[in-house]
Order: sequence, then structure tokens, then C-alpha cells
Amino acid sequence: MSSSVNELVHWDAARLSEALVARVVSSEEVTQAHLDRIAAVDGPAETGVHAFLHVAAESALARAREVDADRAKGAVLGPLAGVPIGVKDVLTTRGMPTTCGSRMLEGWVPPYDATVVRELHAAGLVVLGKTNMDEFAMGSTTEHSAYGPTRNPWDATRVPGGSGGGSAAALAAFEAPLTVGSDTGGSIRQPAALTGTVGVKPTYGGVSRYGLVALASSLDQAGPCARTVLDTALLHAVIAGHDPYDSTSIPADVPDVVGAARQGASGDLTGVRVGVVEELSGEGYEAGVTARFTEAVALLREAGAEVVELSLPNLVHALAAYYLILPSEASSNLAKFDGMRYGLRVTPEGEHVTAEQVMRATRAAGFGDEAKRRIILGTYALSAGYYDAYYGSAQKVRTLVQRDFARAFGQVDVLVSPTAPTTAYRLGEKLDDPLAMYAGDVATIPANLAGIPGMSLPAGLSDDGLPVGLQVLAPQQADDRLYRVGAAVEARLTAQWGGSLLSQVPEWKGVPA
Amino acid sequence: MSVISRSEVEHLARLARIDMSDEELDRMAGQLGAVLDAVAQVSSAVTEDVPATSHPVPLVNVTRPDVVRPGLSAADALAGAPASEDGRFRVPQILEEDA
Repeated sequence: MSSSVNELVHWDAARLSEALVARVVSSEEVTQAHLDRIAAVDGPAETGVHAFLHVAAESALARAREVDADRAKGAVLGPLAGVPIGVKDVLTTRGMPTTCGSRMLEGWVPPYDATVVRELHAAGLVVLGKTNMDEFAMGSTTEHSAYGPTRNPWDATRVPGGSGGGSAAALAAFEAPLTVGSDTGGSIRQPAALTGTVGVKPTYGGVSRYGLVALASSLDQAGPCARTVLDTALLHAVIAGHDPYDSTSIPADVPDVVGAARQGASGDLTGVRVGVVEELSGEGYEAGVTARFTEAVALLREAGAEVVELSLPNLVHALAAYYLILPSEASSNLAKFDGMRYGLRVTPEGEHVTAEQVMRATRAAGFGDEAKRRIILGTYALSAGYYDAYYGSAQKVRTLVQRDFARAFGQVDVLVSPTAPTTAYRLGEKLDDPLAMYAGDVATIPANLAGIPGMSLPAGLSDDGLPVGLQVLAPQQADDRLYRVGAAVEARLTAQWGGSLLSQVPEWKGVPA
Repeated sequence: MSVISRSEVEHLARLARIDMSDEELDRMAGQLGAVLDAVAQVSSAVTEDVPATSHPVPLVNVTRPDVVRPGLSAADALAGAPASEDGRFRVPQILEEDA
């Protein structure tokens, strides 16, 4: 990092929180430091990190001043009040553009806030802007954004993962200490792995989906992203909880994720039973990924955990089931983009143009290739004659995957695997080979099918110098276990490394000429 | 290899209301064939006696009290509309001429 960089952007949210409470720094200073950092590294779209699709400098500074004023008056504020945050562009923000990375919603300004966004405002967080993503969260590289890819801060020629590549890259490039993502098949965890950051997909229903533009309603889950396990927990606590506006939201208390993260930071996991998932290793996993994973498992043993290998045989069918269920739900959810009520409308030339012609022209122009592929695939899987063989069978696989997890969690407290089989791809490497891109989600997808929570945290660097992620999975509504185990691993690894993995990220120089 | 024909893709694109060029239809047919080939294994992975799961959390009959609560104003709802008139969405004709 160059000496001209304001130190504040390197602070994690917990440290910023303490300094804000002690009034050592103001939210305005912290917010301005991050806006300056964004201005320095994020653009231009062609060569910068390009983690943000929209930066709301004015409203962020105004909000920061409000929080500072409230604090000066002695108001009791939440622990993250005054801390800046980036929000994935799939969550609606009143008065701030929301595009979902699609031309279909270019320039659209939603008339309401997502519940998650409302929670952020209520907790005093300062929204810096909206982060880049694959179109409607369909993709694993962020190259399917209609507004151009996000670049990996570790190597500008590599992808940051996806679909939430913007939320992950913003953290790794020190543009924001916290971001919100959404995870339908790994869109929080896989980018976290590829950028050396932390991301959690909470239990399905643990965080409200109201205002989260739907991709696959039975799989989608918004969640917290940060640079440390504790920061991730602090944000998790802000956004989680029952929401009457989302009827699939769980009407139960949120597990004490912050307490669990603090407990885990001691590095002691005595009595914790950990299962290594046999099906999520071996063939297809790069040697450098396997090496870091094996070391992490050894570390869990050193921490006092009891580690066993477990087989979840139906996980081998999870990827196939997912790529039927997701397109099926997506084709239905994306039917609402019809050019009638909001977003793009393309009217073909000619007299007596009908609504149907407008819809077809609008959807042809508004959706990118990956969105079209999945809509067509979903339409096929749901059509008469194929429904039983494809969608019907995929739903049965889902049952088998859930049973495998239920059996496993009868024996262990958490399961672990590598988050992704490889480190970050080169930009363009998988663009014309959708199947190869889909295979990158093999380890993250099972959690979405089963509705269980999952975390990715940094496990080290592979031989190519790129980050590797460790995935931790827990039973539904036991999200706290992720934080205890994750914090223990993090504490031991950072002690080994002599600092966080991200302290090794090279200074951003942009795309090489 | 599960083959999905070009004319099948054309039919699906019509159902999904997406205009596609000839070149797009050809490309899509090839790519979808490969994807379907890879996902077809699901039908041999399950037996008849396995129940289907459509949702990860078994919540049923979620209701709320039947009371009026604030919603979007008409102006808010119409603010993003491509066209509106008299407080309503303005849309192209929905029936063909001489239908």
C-alpha cells in the first residue's frame, strides 16, 4: 500500500467502531477516507477494480454527519453506527439506482428499501454505494455484469468470483470494511474465497429476502461480507432476524453470532466435532487448494477439535440438481421483466406493435447471454414432457442432499471443505464455457439446496499466490457454530502469518498495459 | 448427448418471450445440449419413493392480521414506468388487430 493511503481504510469494522464510539475519529472522516480510496482505485470501469456500479458520495457523507451529530448529542447507537458499507446491487435502495448488473434495470431507482437496507440505515451504517455483480446474480465471475467485470485486487487479470465479485473485491481493495452480498449457489462464499475475504450465507430464512431481487426464491439468501470473522458476525447481527414482509423468514431468535466469534478467537475448539466431507475433495480440486485445506484441517485438530471424515454420497448429484432448480425458478422470477411497469422498454418499429412484441424485443435487448441461457433452460425443464425427468428429479435429489446433511450433523457439529476447487480464473477464461464455470460452484451449492448456513474464510495462498478459502457448514439455525470455528481458524492462521492474509495483497496498479 | 434442436430452442424462446437471432439460436442450442447432458444424471440418481423437496424450510400457512397498512403511493409505483398516463401504466396494445 502506498503511504498516501489513509490508514483508516485498513482498519476493520470492529476497530472503526471502537474509535467512533471513543470519538477518536468521526464517521465523516472514515467515510471520506473510503470515498477517496474508491476514487483512487475503483475506476475507470475498463481498468480499475470496478467493484462499484454506483457511488453515493453525497448521501453517504450526509448520513455520516448525521451519525456524528447523534453521537455528539449522546445518543445510544448500535456498534456499527458510522461505519461505511457497500451493498450488492441486487438489493433495492430507495432513491439510489438498483440495476442487478443488468441493462434491463439501467437507471431504475426503486421506490422502496429492502429490509436489509432498512436495517443498515436503522443501525447507523453509512451506505457508500452499490456493488457490481453478475447479471441478476447469474454467474461465478462477475464477468456477466452488463456494466463490465470487477477485477481481483490480488491480480488485475483475474476474476474476483461471482456473482458478488463487487462486494468481495471492495473489501480486498480496502474500498469498504463491510459489504452485503447474496448467495444462491455460492455468490457470497466463492468470491470470498477468491479474494481472501470472509463471507457468510446465513440459514435460509435467517435474513429477510424482502427487496432482494429474486433469482431462485428457494435458494436465495442475503448475508454479510467482511475482512474478519468478527466483523462478519457484527454485520450478521444487524441484518438477521424475522421480517413479517418475508413469509419465508424464520420467526425465531438469531443465534449469538458475535458471542460465538469472540469465543472462537481464543483459538480453542476443544470438544467441537468436525467432519471433512469426502465428496468435496480430490479430483477437480487444484493441488494448491488441497494443500491449504489439509493444513487447515490439521490446524482444527491442533485447536482441540475432533476431526472425522464423512461421506455424503448424494452431494455428487447436487450440482446437476442445482442447475435444473435454479434455472426453473429463475425463468419464473425473471418473467416480471416485461417492459411494462418499470425498467427497460424496447418498442420495435412498425404500426400496431403489440405488448407481446414489445416484451420479446425488450427481453432480447435487456438480458445478457447467461441470463437468456438460464431462462431457456428453466423453461425447458418446466415444460410438459420434461418436468418429471428434470425438475421433478432435481427436487428429489434435493431431499437426498438434505438427508445426507441431517445424518452428518447427527455425528458432527460442523462440516468443512475447500470453498472452491480452484483459485481465481483469468478474465475471459470461462466466458464461453458455461459448464466449466458452473463446476466452480460444486462445493458451495449443497448448502443452498439444504438451506443450511455456510462460511468461507481465508486459508492461505496457493502456489500461484492467489487466495484459497476454507468452507465451514453448520445445521440450520446454528449459524453461531460457523463463527466459533471460523474465528478459531482465523486466530491461529493470522498468528502463523504474522497478520491478516490481506496484508499481503499487492498495491493496486490497475490492469497491466 | 441430450440433443436440443434449434427449432426446440426457438419454441422455448417464444414461450419465454425473448426474440433471438438465427446465430443466437444456433449457439444456444449447442450450449444447452451440453448443459442438459451434464444435468440429466438427476433422473437416474433418484427412485420413485423419494419425496420431492421444493423448499428448504417447512413453513406453512404464514398469515398476517387483516389490517390496512401503508403501501406505495401511485406516484411512487409509477415513477419507474416506461410510460404512464392518468395515474396508470400505459402499455402497448395487448390484442392483435382483427383478432
